[in-house]
Amino acid sequence: MRTVNTEILIQNIKEMCIEANHYLSEDMDEAMKKAVSTEKSELGKKILNQLQENLKIADEDMIPICQDTGMAVIFLEIGQDVHLEGMAIGDAVNEGVRRGYTEGFLRKSVVGDPLIRENTKDNTPAVIHYDIVPGDKIKITIAPKGFGSENMSRIFMLKPADGVEGVKEAILTAVKDAGPNACPPMVVGVGIGGTFEKCAILAKKALTRPAGEHSEIPYVREMETEMLEKINRLGIGPGGLGGTTTALAVNINTYPTHIAGLPVAVNICCHVNRHVVREI
Amino acid sequence: MDKYINTPITEQVTKELKAGDYVYITGTVYVARDAAHKRMIEALQRGEDLPIDIKNSTIYYMGPSPAREGRPIGSAGPTTASRMDKYAPALLDLGEKGMIGKGKRTKEVIDAIVRNHAVYFAAVGGAGALLSKCITKSEIICYEDLGAEAIRKIEVENFPAIVVVDCEGNNLYETAIKEFASL
Repeated sequence: MRTVNTEILIQNIKEMCIEANHYLSEDMDEAMKKAVSTEKSELGKKILNQLQENLKIADEDMIPICQDTGMAVIFLEIGQDVHLEGMAIGDAVNEGVRRGYTEGFLRKSVVGDPLIRENTKDNTPAVIHYDIVPGDKIKITIAPKGFGSENMSRIFMLKPADGVEGVKEAILTAVKDAGPNACPPMVVGVGIGGTFEKCAILAKKALTRPAGEHSEIPYVREMETEMLEKINRLGIGPGGLGGTTTALAVNINTYPTHIAGLPVAVNICCHVNRHVVREI
Repeated sequence: MDKYINTPITEQVTKELKAGDYVYITGTVYVARDAAHKRMIEALQRGEDLPIDIKNSTIYYMGPSPAREGRPIGSAGPTTASRMDKYAPALLDLGEKGMIGKGKRTKEVIDAIVRNHAVYFAAVGGAGALLSKCITKSEIICYEDLGAEAIRKIEVENFPAIVVVDCEGNNLYETAIKEFASL
């Protein structure tokens, strides 16, 4: 049994919120650089170069990469041999988010009720996904999610007879409908299987997988490559203004499902696909 | 084609702009998102005046991150314009000439653009740090309680944008995608 004080969790989450909003992770940075050299549209290239300059300014002047610094989505994988002391864990996570967004000059984009819509003024609460795993460590993944792309995400409850072709069509439909609204080039996170809510979480988690890293399942890996190629032939391009770079990566996660169903979730993220991971 | 334009944008200016033009905008621009648009439309419905000078105005759909000390504004990129679609035609009919945002517009908005010889520009989504450098001044002029969604008056200098829907209703989102589609 290892004891961890929640103050450590709070401090890390605060720092990670600020880090995620000012610096892209290495995988995304590489994918963005590569896109500049492969884009065929002149305007598309110009936009991708602007995005390169934007990243440089964000880093050097500590200005958030995007003004939509997101709703904080946090995955916690907590070792079953960890004992937490201090605050209640949910309160601690929200305290970390509160400090990060307040001290880090990040935008407060959360309303306390979906219909009454009063801003909570500190970007809390976060959306927290807990997993209990073997070991005595805590793995924290922070993925602040902007809503330009979140609003374009979809869930399809397909029939088993729809099969692989149905899944591919669902992915293309979601990307086509998202178009310029989702700030392409996008990263496409896909969840296949599970239940209604499970496939959505699979898709969300797929977005935190490094761009360029593929599924270990051979047929899924092939589908990721094929869908990336197809999406990039849609013509949407950077900023949705035409071009050959519509997506930087397609990450697919799968899970067992029911004999009667084939749920598919497509979670779309813009090029500012923020994800920071720490293990404590 | 690269063009340099100044606000207020008049009909003489919009007539010269074509979908696909790359423009650099200089001058005064208002900033408002959907919560502020909703309030403006409600004010009009109550027979009140608008809090901004709408004639020949340009509205930038944006909600900035907080400014660090010594800077006029924080990160300041465009938000999705479709959330303003419900409110935009009424403002265009009152004289608004330019809208800056990102993403598709409805037919009702495009019809209102044509009817009023207005223009819809896209700024590059997710380039908030870069775009903030083109903003030299910013002040909240009303609805301060909306926080990041308050109405601001900003001064921009060579703010880069692309004409997406011109005053004839040509739509770059449709034409450019066709050019590169190969599926």
